[in-house]
Amino acid sequence: MIGVGKVKQYGNVLDKPLNKGKTEVSLSAFAFLFSELVQYNQTQVDNIGELERRLEDAGYAVGARVLELLCHRDKGNRRETRLLGILSFVHSTVWKVLFGKVADSLEKGTEHEDEYMISEKELLVNKFISIPKDMGTFNCGAFVAGIVRGVLDGAGFPAVVTAHFVPMEGQQRPRTTILIKFAEEVLLREARLG
Amino acid sequence: MAAIYSLYIINKSGGLIYYKDYGSAGRMDTNDTLRVASLWHSMHAISQQLSPVSGCSGIELLQADTFDLHCFQSLTGTKFFAVCEPGTQQIESLLKYVYELYTDYVLKNPFYEIEMPIRCELFDMNLTQSVQKDRVALLGQ
Repeated sequence: MIGVGKVKQYGNVLDKPLNKGKTEVSLSAFAFLFSELVQYNQTQVDNIGELERRLEDAGYAVGARVLELLCHRDKGNRRETRLLGILSFVHSTVWKVLFGKVADSLEKGTEHEDEYMISEKELLVNKFISIPKDMGTFNCGAFVAGIVRGVLDGAGFPAVVTAHFVPMEGQQRPRTTILIKFAEEVLLREARLG
Repeated sequence: MAAIYSLYIINKSGGLIYYKDYGSAGRMDTNDTLRVASLWHSMHAISQQLSPVSGCSGIELLQADTFDLHCFQSLTGTKFFAVCEPGTQQIESLLKYVYELYTDYVLKNPFYEIEMPIRCELFDMNLTQSVQKDRVALLGQ
């Protein structure tokens, strides 16, 4: 039979079926691309806050698309309506697809009702990056925070998401925490749904 | 005990971008390290011209009474060289490993300007770990 055993080449990437995928990408290639993204944004801004915002915005675009793709691929077009549901979706499915493993931990904040934290020993995007001392608390994980914000926003759970370094005793490198602070309306809705 | 005394990395124009001292004799003055680096860069270049065979890629090993100097030049012209005790084994593979660490933790760092002195925490950390490991391995023999 003609074509059996051969990989079908698609002329246009839009023709490729969505169910195919889960291919692996070289970590080095991604690291160089991400490094260039950071460097490019550094030339466009005047201060560190702006740089973080730009990285977040870049991540936001990724998050919105990842949500759509994963809903179609992995969840059979079902929509998450509960808070814990969407959080565990981000913590397991999204992390698995983007970084090859589930996130290290998901915790609820003790001080405020609307805060949740996803922690990771070392974010994949930060693997080769050493922040110079004069940049203070800047974290390239802002890109990942943007991805999470994109996913949550698209799913109807608006939130403010930031990335922080948390120094750990006994470890040379601080671990990274993605802090998610949900908007008022999300909590009200959650309370109404019981 | 075979030991490494110091490690230098020089960029393609001969400027010193990294220097690490492991010896007990005390650190060399910064200006002296810069001089040694550019001296070696010139000697390396001259040796390529002096070679009676064509296609010479420069000095790989310099042996003296009290030290050995191993040099590794990457395809891009960055030179990694180590001064060590005479008769130390496996410095070649250590230099190649340092090159790998350089490509990983220095070149993929968006805050590193190419050809400038290396100030990357991750590079220092991993380098110290690997030299420690080598030392322990040598002691165990």
